[in-house]
Amino acid sequence: MYRILPIAILIVSELAVVTAFGEEVLRVDFNRDIRPILSDKCFQCHGPDEENLKAGLQLSVRESAVEAGAIRPGDAASSELLSRVLSDDPEEVMPPPKIKKPVSEKEAKLLRQWIEGGAEYKGHWAFQPVVKPSTPTVTRDALIKNDIDRFILSRLEEEGIEISDEADPRTLARRLSLDLVGLLPAPERVQDFVSQFERDPDSAVEQFADELLDSPHYGERWGRHWLDQARYADSNGYTIDGERVMWPYRDWVIKAINEDMPFDQFTIEQIAGDLLPDPEKAQLVATGFHRNTLINQEGGTDDEQFRNEEVVDRVNTTGAVWLGLTLGCAQCHTHKFDPITQKEYFELFAFFNQGKDVNNTGATIEVSEGEMFLSEPDPDKMTALENAKKEVARLESSKTKRQLAWEKSLIDSSRENGPGAEWERIAPERFYAEGGAPLALLNDSSILAGKGAPKETYRITLPAFTESVAAIRLRLIPHASLPSNGPGLASNGNIVLNRIEFFQSGEPLLVASAEHDHAQPGFSGAFTIDGKADTGWAINVGKGSSPGVKMNSEHEVNYVFARRISPGKPVEVVLRHEQNSNYNIGRFAFDVSGSPPRSIVEEKVFEVVGQPASKRTTEDRKFLSSEFAKKDVELREAKLGLKKSLRELGLGEPVKTMVMEDLPEGRETFVHLRGDFLQEDHETGTLSPGVPAVLPSMREVPGGKRQRDRLDLARWLVRPDHPLTPRVTVNRVWMRYFGKGLVETENDFGTQGSFPTHPELLDWLASEFVESGWSMKKLHKQIVTSATYRQASRNRSELNGIDPLNHLLARQSRIRVEAGIVRDAALSASGLFSPEIGGPGVMPPQPDGVYAFTQRKVRWVAANGPDRFRRAMYIKFFRSAPYPLLTTFDSPDFQSVCTSRVRSNTPLQALTLANDEAMYELAQGLGARLMMEVKGKDSVSNRDRIRRGYELCFSRTPTETELEAVANFQERQREGFLGDSKSAEAVSPQVRPDGFDPATAASWTAVARALMNTDEFITRE
Amino acid sequence: MNFDFSTQLKRRAFLETSSMGIGAVALAGLLGGGRSVFGAVENSVGDASKGILGEKLHVHPKVKRVIHLCMAGGQSHLESFDYKPKLAELDGQPMPESFTKGQQLAQLQKRASELKCMGPQFAFKKWGKSGQEISEMFPHIGAVADEIAIIRSMQTEQINHDPAHTFMNTGSIIPGRPSMGAWVNYGIGSEAEDLPGFVVLTSEGGGQGQPISSRQWSNGFLPSKYQGVQFHSKGDAVHYVNNPAGVTREAQREVVDAVNGLNRMLGKRRLDPEIEGRIAQYEMAFKMQASVPGLMDVSGESKETLEMYGCTPGDGSFASNCLLARRLAERGVRFIQLYHRGWDHHGGIKTNFEKTAGLVDQGTGALIRDLKNRGMLEETLIIFGGEFGRTPMAQGSGRDHHIKAFSMFLCGGGIQGGVTHGETDELGYSAMVDPVHVHDIHATMLHLLGIDHEKLRYRFQGRDFRLTDVFGHLVKPVLG
Repeated sequence: MYRILPIAILIVSELAVVTAFGEEVLRVDFNRDIRPILSDKCFQCHGPDEENLKAGLQLSVRESAVEAGAIRPGDAASSELLSRVLSDDPEEVMPPPKIKKPVSEKEAKLLRQWIEGGAEYKGHWAFQPVVKPSTPTVTRDALIKNDIDRFILSRLEEEGIEISDEADPRTLARRLSLDLVGLLPAPERVQDFVSQFERDPDSAVEQFADELLDSPHYGERWGRHWLDQARYADSNGYTIDGERVMWPYRDWVIKAINEDMPFDQFTIEQIAGDLLPDPEKAQLVATGFHRNTLINQEGGTDDEQFRNEEVVDRVNTTGAVWLGLTLGCAQCHTHKFDPITQKEYFELFAFFNQGKDVNNTGATIEVSEGEMFLSEPDPDKMTALENAKKEVARLESSKTKRQLAWEKSLIDSSRENGPGAEWERIAPERFYAEGGAPLALLNDSSILAGKGAPKETYRITLPAFTESVAAIRLRLIPHASLPSNGPGLASNGNIVLNRIEFFQSGEPLLVASAEHDHAQPGFSGAFTIDGKADTGWAINVGKGSSPGVKMNSEHEVNYVFARRISPGKPVEVVLRHEQNSNYNIGRFAFDVSGSPPRSIVEEKVFEVVGQPASKRTTEDRKFLSSEFAKKDVELREAKLGLKKSLRELGLGEPVKTMVMEDLPEGRETFVHLRGDFLQEDHETGTLSPGVPAVLPSMREVPGGKRQRDRLDLARWLVRPDHPLTPRVTVNRVWMRYFGKGLVETENDFGTQGSFPTHPELLDWLASEFVESGWSMKKLHKQIVTSATYRQASRNRSELNGIDPLNHLLARQSRIRVEAGIVRDAALSASGLFSPEIGGPGVMPPQPDGVYAFTQRKVRWVAANGPDRFRRAMYIKFFRSAPYPLLTTFDSPDFQSVCTSRVRSNTPLQALTLANDEAMYELAQGLGARLMMEVKGKDSVSNRDRIRRGYELCFSRTPTETELEAVANFQERQREGFLGDSKSAEAVSPQVRPDGFDPATAASWTAVARALMNTDEFITRE
Repeated sequence: MNFDFSTQLKRRAFLETSSMGIGAVALAGLLGGGRSVFGAVENSVGDASKGILGEKLHVHPKVKRVIHLCMAGGQSHLESFDYKPKLAELDGQPMPESFTKGQQLAQLQKRASELKCMGPQFAFKKWGKSGQEISEMFPHIGAVADEIAIIRSMQTEQINHDPAHTFMNTGSIIPGRPSMGAWVNYGIGSEAEDLPGFVVLTSEGGGQGQPISSRQWSNGFLPSKYQGVQFHSKGDAVHYVNNPAGVTREAQREVVDAVNGLNRMLGKRRLDPEIEGRIAQYEMAFKMQASVPGLMDVSGESKETLEMYGCTPGDGSFASNCLLARRLAERGVRFIQLYHRGWDHHGGIKTNFEKTAGLVDQGTGALIRDLKNRGMLEETLIIFGGEFGRTPMAQGSGRDHHIKAFSMFLCGGGIQGGVTHGETDELGYSAMVDPVHVHDIHATMLHLLGIDHEKLRYRFQGRDFRLTDVFGHLVKPVLG
């Protein structure tokens, strides 16, 4: 197995070794040269893991190695390590042949030199304190833009390699814009940049960098990188994958980055904002970082198991993001290669083992849309908001008390106002149906109807009353002979009664009010007296119906008359159905009352209130509180006031987002044997929260009165002398600008990781970062103004033999932009871009079939307004069915931390860019934009239009060859569309600028598509 | 024969001499004479249909393609292909220390003294004329026992999923090396003109679905046109194969030509091999627009065939992926990889293994029978197995990861059916007789494809790389 050292060592054929710059490399450095050999070939049996040590020999500890005679410092010949490595005897040779990791000659030579030189061990480089190196001197100072360049250039000079020329200003403008805000620069801004660059390149770059760092889109661009690490998504994960509200956390990240919140504070608020003294709301929202873990909503899951999974994820994510370590290995066993024991793993686990959430939503906090972005709001409006909130809170908390008072007042009023209606069933005197439906009187004085005609009308005559009547009640009664045992003739038992009329001596009786006990949504009982034929009363159950209500049971509408009906004369009732005959009433009866009824709901309220509290069922209690809520004008008004206050501050509806909160009494933490949460290691005993011994120790809690908590951990992570956090952080930032980090294994700063290509530069950047007060913006500016960053990215074939992966940075790299930026670039070129920042996720068009076969069909309703054209980072991300464009371009699925994305190049990407509806309409947008911004249709205008397209998409002008090729292409497409007007109409932008025929317009869509599908469009040059 | 001319030279040669991409010849034919705006059609050095070896294979090839059925998560050999009566006898007894002393364990790390044996959870049966011993959980595989060569003495080096998959795919644990599908396509190209030469499908179910990173089918340092392309297993296999409304195939062709023409112009200035990759992918995408609908349209499959696989096409199951694998094979795809994620049975192995086996058995058996019925089995190599095995010791109600022994089977052209190769010790802990290493599987696979694994090399960073690194031996006893 070959360990590829970063550079300079060229193996021209197997086992033969030469060096690129002579003997110098053989000044053996333990960390660069020796540790990788020992770690890779020996540590599996002779490493830090004492449990599996062979022959008691620990080559990871110098004393052990010397004591055992494996190493005799200064005397390679008598060191067993070397003789065993060089042995020809299969029984003797190390590593044993079955391990299949033979030590190469070159490695043996290094080992020999190292032992001869005294076999000095050094601690693993990344665990050593950062020491700010002095900046190296270089021969050609003129090339230096800032100190970064000294490190890069001195190394290049050592190798005799020239640094590349500076990229041309147009490439630079596009590079800066894509890197810092993830959008394409406006052509006018590029032009300004170029003019300024020609006068003074440094100030042009500096000024543009400042401008971009000040843009609110900077927080989106760099927030997105951070959200990858935070595994942010809008769903719970696993198979159910229900939607969750975490976007306020996303908004917090954008805001914090835009404000250049110092990285130490940024860390503390996310890991432990809730534990800060008197935390502000934003600091609580920040703790959403560790609430981005998955929640398994499947039935029958063991919540404790998934709680443990969440805690494990929090430990591993913290390790990956801040420490750059793969802690996960130590969950089940002491780390094979890094000095982290399983016990230490669970000491870290203990920090996160105290959370309230148990595979559920857990603690939440109310946040309004836009709230995370509030800065310096009008103090009066804020006071009004606070007051409104207090008022709502006051009324909410006094709800029970107020409801009791209301109940009491009802009881009192019923005593005063009498009992309400006293219904009496009346048997009809005469009845018939105009359309011929058979009607029959039953024993209970109700009427049973048979099938009648469409638009059937029943005419019923009630006998003269003996006393005056205040109200008549139409009662529907189910019957076994009717479909579905309902009161109606519809197959499901439903009815639709459109109108009801009452007459006495031919004079209509005026109904004052009609109230139903139940109605199908949209089919109120009151519609029977509105005089309209196309509205009516129906009784099916639907969204909004009271819980428990059934369609096929007794239902009623009460009609209260404007004037009491006189006794002595019969009353005729006309029931008009206006549907087909299927919806006629099947069975009904009439009741009358001399006293006016209270409302039906009120009747029920009285009935419930009349019972002693102890006799009320759960349903009764629910019913009462929902009725009280309807009557609770005070609270409703307070809520309206709150809404108004929010609106005045530009805030939306409040939502609840998940935050961290610890249990008052913490859980005990044990080592989980074999990583199994059910198998606690009680022998080792309860663990206190702590950090691995190989890293700086944690300060004692003052007075030792309490256990360490997440806040202690957070502060420890960002102590200025931390060997890992600053290195890991600056390395990741560097990686975004150059395609890979100074430490290529950006996620593994442990002993298996790669050695930095420029160790001094890494430490210099880390020191500067901490000294600057952990300012990200300063770090960005330092990098993007360096000559190193500003180089051209063109491949230099003469370097391919020496440094094919460009570790020495003798040029910039072409980097295919991330998934989201593919969309964002297209948005900015199209002119359709909606720049709104933050808020709930959005849904641009996506193909049908994304949700085919997922457990839970997510409703995806493509937005039609500006939300259709928001940046990709706002697209709702469902972990089990992500937006296809994103995953096709290598977006992770956010099941766990992602510190660096892969970059693939597949035909599926081509299909997506070319044919995805969302991308295609952006191409149409660009086509329309070209026609609108450049008038005229002659060939000169066409060429101007192509030039404009190049400026919009690539921030440059086309070469002559490109210009002619695209012009020919446009002409050919136009010809094609001229013969196919239907296609032309479909392809042309929907809004066709004046004077352009469909074929011409369609050809500009085609041009836009071609430009947006090029490699250059999705590449940061 | 040596193929060590430098990639740089090749790439430069490509960029200097070619102005039209791969496959353009075929397309020009398809469109009746391709009226490209962007210049003449020329051949390029990297002709995807031939690969670097072209006609000059190292040995006579036995098969044309590989279908790798990856039992991701680590299928237990003790419940599938390696019956251990002694282990049944010792069920619940302490694991003899002689087996485990000083060995690397994953989760069963601590307290080797407490390790207990867990007997095989299922009965085994002798199947077919050959009488191969296979667990009763695999009746459909059992039914084709005479076609398959079981290897009971597999060993690997990596005890955790992701590195073990990486090792199985690339022969190395260091990320960034090419996967075997990419190596094969690099070596001998693909017969599929209108589909990628390396297609990946995944399914899950029956146990913890450990994630599979797309890194597993990466091209590594080989040109990006050789990377595996993952089709969706659920719903549409490939989104966006249809042109936008109003765009005819001819108009789309012109757009692709325009895009690739512009890319070529850029490529000349930037000298970035990724641009070459992009051009190839646009050509492939255009071809897939014509080929994928046919690939996915299973209406021509007989009722018997669908019943044999027991699947609803597009349901995301392993069985429908098996059917798709046959259809991909028919279309000349060189390397087809199916992952079934569900074998990580740390707990509840009895119920979960049965479930997972139920999800893969029928599809696997059907694929073998179907290929055989169509005369395609003899030109196909099927590789079946996980990234490692599982411990004979219990881990609660399950088994832990295990690298010292596991089972795989090979099937198809050049493979001797009905044989069992290699043995583990009486408890199934270590491969004792004829151990077979992952590198050996790679060497054997390449051999069957006509490639000498020591000769297929790629020079990178000044060094010649091989899929088998400096290792690998043919597993001759399974070769027919």
